[in-house]
Amino acid sequence: MALIEVIDLKKRYGDLEVLKGIDFHVEKGERIVIMGPSGSGKTTLLKCIVRLVEPTSGKIFFDGIEVTDPDVDIVEIRRRIGFVFQSFNLFPHLKVIDNIALPLRVVKGMRREEAYSRALAILKGIGLEDKAYNYPLQLSGGQQQRVAIARALAMDPDVMLLDEPTSALDPELVGEVLELLEDIARKGMTMVIVTHEVDFAEDIADRVIIIDEGVIVEEGTPEEVFYHPRKERTRRFLRRILRKRLHAKAP
Amino acid sequence: MEPILFILKILPFLLKGVKITLIVSFISFAIGFVLGIMAGIARLSDNRLIYSLSSTYVEIIRGTPLLVQILFIYFGLPRLGINLDPLTAGIVALSINSGAYQAEIVRAGIQSIPRGQVEAALSLGMKEWQVFRYVILPQAVRNMVPALVNELVTLIKDSSLVSVIGVAELTRRGEYVVAWSFRPFETYLAVALIYFIICFTSSKISRYLEERFAIPGMMRRGSRWL
Ligand SMILES: Nc1ncnc2c1ncn2[C@@H]1O[C@H](COP(=O)(O)OP(=O)(O)OP(=O)(O)O)[C@@H](O)[C@H]1O
Ligand SMILES: [Mg+2]
Repeated sequence: MALIEVIDLKKRYGDLEVLKGIDFHVEKGERIVIMGPSGSGKTTLLKCIVRLVEPTSGKIFFDGIEVTDPDVDIVEIRRRIGFVFQSFNLFPHLKVIDNIALPLRVVKGMRREEAYSRALAILKGIGLEDKAYNYPLQLSGGQQQRVAIARALAMDPDVMLLDEPTSALDPELVGEVLELLEDIARKGMTMVIVTHEVDFAEDIADRVIIIDEGVIVEEGTPEEVFYHPRKERTRRFLRRILRKRLHAKAP
Repeated sequence: MEPILFILKILPFLLKGVKITLIVSFISFAIGFVLGIMAGIARLSDNRLIYSLSSTYVEIIRGTPLLVQILFIYFGLPRLGINLDPLTAGIVALSINSGAYQAEIVRAGIQSIPRGQVEAALSLGMKEWQVFRYVILPQAVRNMVPALVNELVTLIKDSSLVSVIGVAELTRRGEYVVAWSFRPFETYLAVALIYFIICFTSSKISRYLEERFAIPGMMRRGSRWL
């Protein structure tokens, strides 16, 4: 049984149909990369999975539980799915360590000392223990995103959904975040990552999915999608992001 | 020299009024805060009834003069069998009035929290009340401090209106002094000066609190560094 199963998912905002029938599944231990032009519905898709956005129609299953069932305990499902946002969304009024410890305490019901030692251990793991008592906005973007990833990871999720985790970062800060994600992947975490980092996707992805205008236009291994795309639309899209990458790398 | 001596002479009498002014203002502010939190949250509710009730309250209070509200509660309510002494009537009127204004402050403070904060908290598995308690409220209150202090200062000044129903606060005591001394110039000058000192100090304390509780690293509008 797939860990996540999305069936004919549709989402509309008024007259705008953002997702027009998405079908895909994620197996346990799999790494899936989703790409697609701006406005194609990638964020909407990820948010539907944890019902931060209410789907218009279609079904989503997580570990056999129907997420789209109106009576489902969605809070319980969210506890088992880590979510990382493009804009980090750390809690600015809490110290770095409290950002991690607070959910451990109020969601997992950990005792104070236990939550703090776990939070500190996690910060050590990402090399940021010296920032534990700083506030998020005193950190660089790359550090903030690493803390946000650590915060999600600390909850011990079954899967992590990451929405363009590096696209708000200055180019020189992208590397440290991608390295952390590769590290997490090596440990066997199931991941769904929206990203335009082609090299990273090639390294990490078991499957790449290209979305355009609310439908999946291409799906396959990185090799298939990047080197033998079947659709002209995919080729155009890849040319665009590859050109951007070349510009970014130019001195 | 003589006017100053006169002011010094009436000062103890006026300061007794200051005590009443401060009591009335702070109690009304506190009750208004509770009303404001409830009405402010209610104005963000999806429930039509709760939303309409709170909006009606806020609009009626903000759309009528405070003086009329005070007169109505003291002179009008006895018609319904509700007889309040001047002090209670004054506090009730000021609390209800301040509650409506604080509701708007609370609403704006909550709405100023970016959607991403709520999404992040929900995605971690927090329940809605936890999101409110741990993520929205602490940030919203910080954002509300300047506006709330502003409201307190306004309330202290507006509390002079309860003198019309005979509450012996600062302004009323000023009127007593004028009645027997016939020296409105010095008396009202002293009264004004006392109000100014109270309000000015409150603003200063607020400025301090704002900086003391500012979120480290966050740019603030009006910050002296900008
Ligand atoms: N709350 C909303 N109300 C109305 N329209 C929305 C809302 N959220 C998103 N949209 C629209 O839905 C479309 C898809 O948005 P979405 O954020 O899912 O795209 P995306 O693929 O993540 O884009 P990007 O690469 O820019 O992040 C866009 O046209 C967007 O304007
Ligand atoms: Mg997006």
